[in-house]
Amino acid sequence: MPADLKKNPELSPEDRERIAQSGIDMISMGTKCGVYFQMNQEVVQAACHEEGIEVLSIGDALKKYPYLEKYIWNLVPKDKDEYTRYVAEVQEPKGYVIIARKGTSNILPIQACLYLGREQIQHVHNIIIAEEGAELHIISGCASGRHVGRGGAHYGISEFYVGKNAKISFTMIHTWGEEIDVFPRSAARVEENGVFLSNYVCMQPVHKIQMYPTAQLVGKNAVARFSSIVIGYPGSLLDLGSRAILAAPGTSAELITRAITRGGTIISRGHIRGETEGTRGHLECKGLILKDGTIYAIPEIEGVVVGTELSHEAAVGKIAREEIEYLMARGLDEETATATIIRGFLDVKIEGLPPALQKQIDTAVDAAEKGF
Amino acid sequence: MLEIDDLHVTVGDREILHDINLQIGDGETHVLLGPNGSGKSSLLMTIMGFANFVVTSGTIRFNGEDITGLPVHERASRGLGIMFQRPPTISGLKLGKLLEVTSGDHSKEVQEYALYMHMDKFLERDVNKGFSGGEIKRSEVLQLLVQNPSFVMLDEPESGVDLENISLIGHAIEKLLQKDIHLKSRKKSGLVITHTGYILDYLDADRGHVMCDGEIKCHGNPREILKDIQARGYRECMECQQT
Ligand SMILES: Nc1ncnc2c1ncn2[C@@H]1O[C@H](COP(=O)(O)OP(=O)(O)OP(=O)(O)O)[C@@H](O)[C@H]1O
Ligand SMILES: [Mg+2]
Repeated sequence: MPADLKKNPELSPEDRERIAQSGIDMISMGTKCGVYFQMNQEVVQAACHEEGIEVLSIGDALKKYPYLEKYIWNLVPKDKDEYTRYVAEVQEPKGYVIIARKGTSNILPIQACLYLGREQIQHVHNIIIAEEGAELHIISGCASGRHVGRGGAHYGISEFYVGKNAKISFTMIHTWGEEIDVFPRSAARVEENGVFLSNYVCMQPVHKIQMYPTAQLVGKNAVARFSSIVIGYPGSLLDLGSRAILAAPGTSAELITRAITRGGTIISRGHIRGETEGTRGHLECKGLILKDGTIYAIPEIEGVVVGTELSHEAAVGKIAREEIEYLMARGLDEETATATIIRGFLDVKIEGLPPALQKQIDTAVDAAEKGF
Repeated sequence: MLEIDDLHVTVGDREILHDINLQIGDGETHVLLGPNGSGKSSLLMTIMGFANFVVTSGTIRFNGEDITGLPVHERASRGLGIMFQRPPTISGLKLGKLLEVTSGDHSKEVQEYALYMHMDKFLERDVNKGFSGGEIKRSEVLQLLVQNPSFVMLDEPESGVDLENISLIGHAIEKLLQKDIHLKSRKKSGLVITHTGYILDYLDADRGHVMCDGEIKCHGNPREILKDIQARGYRECMECQQT
């Protein structure tokens, strides 16, 4: 395994920049807590120095821990669609397994980088397990070379297991190229008092993304929070959703989206199903149309028992002239005023996220600000 | 400093300001009085250049330059500043961040002014979101202190403000208008809208104007005008022929 990613000759400075934009710090990679780096279909590195936390390629993990078989294709059905079937049929699965043993926690996030450098299908299958009382923070940076053309695609299956009193935060930052198609298929199962935080940031042009991760809250008082911050560009289709099933008493979910289009189409879906009494869910989608694009918000809340409280709030619009002029009266030119308001609009602070991860999200959003 | 000639302004299809003439010299502070809906705020907004307020004829000059067609931020950069009667809420934008952007990152100054205006706890809150009436006024004055304009327009700075905060805001406005330095070296000018006149305790305004139905009906000593209005209301003003 080439230990020195820094000198990897296949990565141009521009590609490195794009990986950095996805929140991956290649300089410190491998010296910090944990790392998984996959380039196209090659696992470049999988390691973790933190006591009690393992980062393995899925191939190695299955050999080492045969019991993992029952964690695979358990939350995401194999025959869900053509993408899951494709991944299920490959001979040699790629992807990572991250296991945080009982009671462990990592302060510095584990960095998982999936990099696509040529026109091919990159596929991964990831299993993430936080055992009882463990706290696991992961940043997943997905990037491709800017010039990777049609035919470049990413199919990613991720299955998250949040144990009793455990917590997983998963922050995914996408920096794909304009021609890439991306089909993540993710699901999480959260047990008693468990917390699942899923954060998604996509500030760069991509051809198509379609995903609808689901969290099943099966243990008492389990919590799921999905936050998405996305920008659509001309030619982009972002079909994004998230779903929470409140299946145990006291469970709660919050689904928050900030979407901006500068010409592309964004479909923002969301679904919360309250199946048990004493549950709460809130769905919020705010969209801004900057240039002629489409934002289609489809919030769904479904209560099937007495004692579930669900709400949603969706708004799509433009920046109020009044707000721009307010800032102009303070001396900002129109462009700066607009960018300042948009930056505020995108500023979603995520409760329970370590500062280092919040900073990565802020940086990714800042990087897009220049273009407004 | 400011010179307005024969100004007519429409909003939508309706003319709301008719034939306004007004001169404000260097170092002078003028007061604008008038009943609700008479057009006082509209005049300030027009001077600042907001797009809703369309000048159909007349000119606005600032330090000799015709600024009638200038965009808002260019007026701000020439030294015009305004305290809004009803500023918009900007969700997600922190007051501290806004001040950082407008001050060009003079964070120490921002911090000092925020403490002075008792707004230090508000820097992490969204601009105007859920601010009480008095908090909005303090936030507006804070933004003006940071901006430091040479022509200060204040839209009812004291309305809805408790006595303690009136004194705080009053002193801040004194500072904004350089009332603390000698008349001769005072450069800053102001145009202040008030209904109560309480703010005059801090301002020593030079001149007053009464607006009725979109026209400035009379000019005079601000305290005398105010006394008149307190005694007899605006009725006489309405009937008054413009002088
Ligand atoms: N954007 C607008 N659209 C429609 N009408 C407007 C607009 N702005 C002002 N007006 C109208 O212009 C007239 C003057 O309003 P303005 O706010 O200037 O009054 P004002 O003298 O400041 O009153 P107050 O003392 O109540 O603050 C009012 O009839 C008001 O309804
Ligand atoms: Mg008014």
